[in-house]
Amino acid sequence: MNTWHTFQRSLMRLRGFLRKESLQIRRDFSSIALALVMPVVLLFLFGFGVSLDVKNVPIAVVLDDRGSEAHDLAERFALSPFFDPVRVDRLATARQLLDRRAVDAIVHVQSDFSERLAHHAAAPVQVIVNGTDSNQAHLVQGYALGVLNLWSRQRAARGLPVRPPAVMIQQRVWFNDAVNSTHFLVPGLVALVMTLIGVLLTALVIAREWERGTMEAVLATPLRAGEIMVGKLLPYFLLGMMGLGLSVGLGRVVFGVPFRGSPSVYLLLSTLFLLASLGLGLFISAAARVQFVAAQASIIVGFLPAFFLSGLLFDLESTPWPIQAISYAIPALYFVSASHTIFLAGDVWSVLGWDALALAGMAFVLIVLARSRLGQRLEG
Amino acid sequence: MAPTLVRVGTLVIKEFLAILKDPKSRIVVIGPPIIQFFVFGYAATFDLNNVRYAVLDEDRSAESRELLARFQGSPTFRLVGGLDSSSQVGDLMDRQGARLVLHIPPTFSRDLHAGQSAQVQVIVDGRNSNVASVALGYASAIVAQYNAEHGGNFAGRAPAAAEPSLQLVSRAWFNANLQSRWFIISALGGLIAMIVVLLLSSLSVSREREFGTFDQLLVAPFRSGEILVAKALPPMVCGMFDALLLAAAAVLWFGVPFRGSLLALVVALSVFICCVVGVGLFISSLSATMQQSLLGSFIFIMPNVILSGFTTPIANMPRWLQWGTLINPLRYIVTACREVFLQGGTLSTIWPQLWPMALIAAATLASANWLFRHRTA
Repeated sequence: MNTWHTFQRSLMRLRGFLRKESLQIRRDFSSIALALVMPVVLLFLFGFGVSLDVKNVPIAVVLDDRGSEAHDLAERFALSPFFDPVRVDRLATARQLLDRRAVDAIVHVQSDFSERLAHHAAAPVQVIVNGTDSNQAHLVQGYALGVLNLWSRQRAARGLPVRPPAVMIQQRVWFNDAVNSTHFLVPGLVALVMTLIGVLLTALVIAREWERGTMEAVLATPLRAGEIMVGKLLPYFLLGMMGLGLSVGLGRVVFGVPFRGSPSVYLLLSTLFLLASLGLGLFISAAARVQFVAAQASIIVGFLPAFFLSGLLFDLESTPWPIQAISYAIPALYFVSASHTIFLAGDVWSVLGWDALALAGMAFVLIVLARSRLGQRLEG
Repeated sequence: MAPTLVRVGTLVIKEFLAILKDPKSRIVVIGPPIIQFFVFGYAATFDLNNVRYAVLDEDRSAESRELLARFQGSPTFRLVGGLDSSSQVGDLMDRQGARLVLHIPPTFSRDLHAGQSAQVQVIVDGRNSNVASVALGYASAIVAQYNAEHGGNFAGRAPAAAEPSLQLVSRAWFNANLQSRWFIISALGGLIAMIVVLLLSSLSVSREREFGTFDQLLVAPFRSGEILVAKALPPMVCGMFDALLLAAAAVLWFGVPFRGSLLALVVALSVFICCVVGVGLFISSLSATMQQSLLGSFIFIMPNVILSGFTTPIANMPRWLQWGTLINPLRYIVTACREVFLQGGTLSTIWPQLWPMALIAAATLASANWLFRHRTA
């Protein structure tokens, strides 16, 4: 009976506080703008601006061999969607083009190409790539190999003998058969959007209240620390969820990213992630109390790790072990992993279970830390 | 002229002191460069190591083992286990137990000896599309090498000389081992210079506004042009210092080659820093508080970094966005830094990057000057 009474009274206090908080957010338009405009801007920037898919790479084709075989091969490069070839007479000219970065690669067919093919010898085709952008260079080499394989298969189909390679690779890319990098980037981006809302926005706005002294006024009311936390976090939780909905919707509609898992599972995992982010944001604001420090801290422990140590763009398994060890402490790592799996693979519980467990643990720890920090302020 | 110089000189000293005495500004000069150096140096990599793969060898012949041994010997791949039947593949891939599965069908050695092409199925996890395509490239290279060395040695297959074959000979210039670390770190100086210069210059006016000292500065006997120059110089010096420090660290710590001329690097960075300081002072003149300056800088930095070609090529963007990147100064300095470091660029070869930056610098400095006069007059 007594506990029920306490609970009822707590609920009443909370209702009043929540009303005040939502009024505050509604009247300060900048938070809503940040929560709704940021996802849209980020998605468009990343969706259009960041692409790892190589297409129409400018290449120089040098045919020292004037035979029809060599011409036929050059035609193959022209037909490929990956290359945009220009015919160059001499290798020296092509080198100049590569130096000036007018082309990204040179395909060089030596003068004895047809002769070697006719005499049943190995006919080399030289491909020189600009290695400055190593990632693109890898992809260009792979595509060039693909063009050669296609050409020899077509020759074989026409009855012209080219020895097929002894071992041929049949490649299958699961979960993303077109190897479309937007399908890989957009799910990870949701984590970045939610980090910005959950950590940066929350830390900034609450630190501003500390700075202006309005937090002291709230602390002087009969509200308990736990109630203040709920009242402060709930509005930002809703803003974060709106950002999530917006990101997922735009990703589906504008960029055509598949969504193979179930929305309810995604909702569960994003709730856990958002709670962890909000806990971190509240902790930063309570510890820093000044907007400048809160902004720096949330960029350093929130934004940068969510970008670089989460697997959103860069693959973590290839990094040295100390980096991997740090990444395990980053909530975004688990959410990016869950996001990739739910968008592209489906409800794979052997992946999602661990992610959910880690996120729940982090959310719990961060919120308890933030609450104790807030409690100290109350007494102090 | 001389009194102007003296006045600007004293103001510059004052601004330097303001930066170095204020702990917050000190953090801006020291913090981001160190953090970014390590984050970009170690975490921002497109290289592949230790790609976890599993093997489903249904042939279990000497030939299949020979091919598999090549994968085991490669530093790119790390074997995590063998599978017994193809029904296990789905579960393993789903739970990311392996990112690549090599499936050798039972007819592998028979096909080889019958003179037909033997198939090997390579299944990769496409959740990270880039890892998928690069890993496929490595797998193809390993198989191509196997073919080149063993292609003609199987009974039933025509000897190597009897039928022509095609060979791809690949070479990479400027970065022979294709290390993405060189690609990222060589351009880092430009990025760091931008962040440091932008933060310091955007805070310079708004800090004084917030502390109320800006009015004192305005009533002091300085012309607004002199104040502007004095506000611009210290961030520029700090930015240049950080950029050159990181250039040295890139060479000494990460072993990135420096093949071009130092003069070209310094000139390119100077022009670039002029572009950025104009933007920073523009933001600072607009903002009433340091908070607004910080948010303004953040809003400027994000799209500029993404649309600069720093991590992903500009050529992959849609055409209209590529046109948009032409007004992004970071685009030019990133290209210029890479050219100087890796391709041996000199002043004449980086000229195509220099003049657009000079135009942008003229535009940003002029508008900062205009706004500064209007907001302070």
